[in-house]
Amino acid sequence: MPIYSESFAAAFGLLASSDRDLMEILALSINVSLASLVLSCVIGLPIGAFLAMRHFPMRDFLVGVFNALMGLPPVVVGLLVYLHLSRSGPFGWLGLLYTPQAMVIAQMILITPIIIALSCQVLEDLHEDYKDFFDSLVVPKRTALLAYIIDARYSLMTVILAGFGRAISEVGAVIIVGGNIDHLTRVMTTAIALETSKGELALALALGFILLAISLAVNFLVQWLKASARRRAYV
Amino acid sequence: MSNQTAMAQRGLMPITIQNITLTLNERMLIDDLSCIIKSDGISVIMGPNGAGKSLFMRCLHGLAKPDMGQILYADTPLDSLIRQQQSLVFQTPTILRRTVLANLLFVARQRGIDDPKISMDYLAQLQLDHLAQHPARLLSGGEKQRLALARALIINPAILFLDEATSNLDPASIETIETNLQSVSKQGMKLILVTHDVGQAKRLADDVLFLHHGKLAEHSPAKSFFQKPKSAAARAYLAGKLVL
Amino acid sequence: MKFAVLFAVSAACLATTAMADSRILVQSTTSTKNAGLYDYILPMVKIDTGITVNVVAVGTGAAIKNAMNCDGDVLLVHSRKREDQFVAAGYAKQRYDVMYNDFVVIGPAGDPAGIAGGKDVTTAMVKIANSKSKFASRGDDSGTHSKEKSLWAMAKVDQAASSGDWYRETGSGMGTTLNAAVGMGAYALSDRASWGAHANKADFKIMVEGDQRLFNPYGVMLVDSQKCPNVRSKEGQIFIDWLISAKGQAAIASFKLDGKQLFFPNAE
Repeated sequence: MPIYSESFAAAFGLLASSDRDLMEILALSINVSLASLVLSCVIGLPIGAFLAMRHFPMRDFLVGVFNALMGLPPVVVGLLVYLHLSRSGPFGWLGLLYTPQAMVIAQMILITPIIIALSCQVLEDLHEDYKDFFDSLVVPKRTALLAYIIDARYSLMTVILAGFGRAISEVGAVIIVGGNIDHLTRVMTTAIALETSKGELALALALGFILLAISLAVNFLVQWLKASARRRAYV
Repeated sequence: MSNQTAMAQRGLMPITIQNITLTLNERMLIDDLSCIIKSDGISVIMGPNGAGKSLFMRCLHGLAKPDMGQILYADTPLDSLIRQQQSLVFQTPTILRRTVLANLLFVARQRGIDDPKISMDYLAQLQLDHLAQHPARLLSGGEKQRLALARALIINPAILFLDEATSNLDPASIETIETNLQSVSKQGMKLILVTHDVGQAKRLADDVLFLHHGKLAEHSPAKSFFQKPKSAAARAYLAGKLVL
Repeated sequence: MKFAVLFAVSAACLATTAMADSRILVQSTTSTKNAGLYDYILPMVKIDTGITVNVVAVGTGAAIKNAMNCDGDVLLVHSRKREDQFVAAGYAKQRYDVMYNDFVVIGPAGDPAGIAGGKDVTTAMVKIANSKSKFASRGDDSGTHSKEKSLWAMAKVDQAASSGDWYRETGSGMGTTLNAAVGMGAYALSDRASWGAHANKADFKIMVEGDQRLFNPYGVMLVDSQKCPNVRSKEGQIFIDWLISAKGQAAIASFKLDGKQLFFPNAE
């Protein structure tokens, strides 16, 4: 199909010329996804570690809830955040609707359950390995939590990568809370949606290829890091 | 025993075990066990597989809790403070996913020993200093266990437990470790070992606790135990027979 | 440590994208946005007034609801009846004419319903219904959707009864609906500007145009600050004044696609 060659050519052209609009959209995509990822990890990793380490009556139920929340539909999250940030909503006075900050909030809600559920799984295995040793040393819970996160750093990379993938590829939430406003809240995915709706299919596909290339690059980087970690038995 | 190290046993001895029982899945794994472990010498716990030796040691160190009875250190029931003056070397050590030195530093920092030089000294003592920056999980079995011993010793415990710590090791590693054990014992540290290596027991033990079916079959000074064991089970065990 | 740096960098990046001082938010329609009108006139607005105009393009129904939620300063849509209701309910003090164009019926070159070249839109729609030819509707409560529904009513066709059959309601914006129409070889009602700007036409052509009932006027309103205290009334009014001024009207008229004018100014 000719659209593939057309799109590849368009993609290379855009990248080679460092097209200003493209660079702006790319930068915003990465900024928003990274910011929401960092926030999700700061919140989610300790919770995941806590759930992995402690067994209390509600624990299995909570783990189940977070596992289920991994499948939160982005468009539903977008709608909920919109309702809360709207001027007529409870947090309207913050004036956050149609800003990149709103997009970060929406993506954070989407990614945090992923970080919690997957890091809990990873750290559960580590807990089995380390618990007698830590128990014997009488390590305080907070120290143990941090030690778990540090020692599982390479396995957690995969978890973080999953979160990043979800953030950079979703469109349903950011288009509702961001409004896809030119030079303000337009990211790669919403730009692809816009170009598609304008019938500019080759350009939309070209943007898609560029987004894919970025995801692939990030994935390869993580794989390479993990391979070097495996050689040192750090994973 | 020097005065310093006698103080180092910090009023924890003797250990009085009073009628402890532990049942799991309807099987009685430790059956009304009572004894007194004194501060002198190296105590070795022996017995056939499934006798409850490791479980008994885990109870002494607070990793397992008896359903009945109590364990007193001097007159104090086992608590968190007492546990922090103990170390346990497991049969298979848990090696952190870091360098050798980092493993040791982690433990040292738990007890406020921040100076890396002290850690390096302990590594040297166990001939691991040349491996300080090596990924710890890549070490050989013997090296890992020497690291585990270094971790156990750096916190200067009053009581050192070893749970079949040399079971899987080569003779050279065993020798290094036993030399270290004898050295720290002479300096006043109380050592309690679980082993099924009769030769090791003969080399190290000052007194022997022989367990069978969760009961204490015998608690005797080493010499008399090996020459003339009191219980039939012990006799069969030392003769190399299967003890059912 | 790495995270702290990442976070700081991200926060800094986000801070620099934080909004400049003089800006307004316009709730508007997909038809005006997709045609490219805003890309053309908004830079001129910025130069003349210093105001950055941010546009959120959704269906007319959504735009009006958003404005009623106070999530916009200005409303620019094309549904006269609902615009009048907006003013009557006190959400705007008045409605201004700003521009118009017209709707067209587009369809595949094969023309299964035989309506090509027609000048009467209701006749065409009766033919589409009788031949059960596929028709892609916006189905999203937009201005275009309202117009379409009124035309079916005038043609005395109960198109809703065939929803899911030959009558396909996409529930989407103009561009997405056009993609759907092209994709399934269906007829559709579109504003001329969106169709003109749409890149994915395949072999589709304009089938019916010129009927007076296809007139498509746009109205602009400033959201009332009594209903919505956060509205930037001063800048919003400046923007509206620009649109209806001689300069703004000339700008709208000068917007061309393939040499054709897409919007016709009609402010008083």
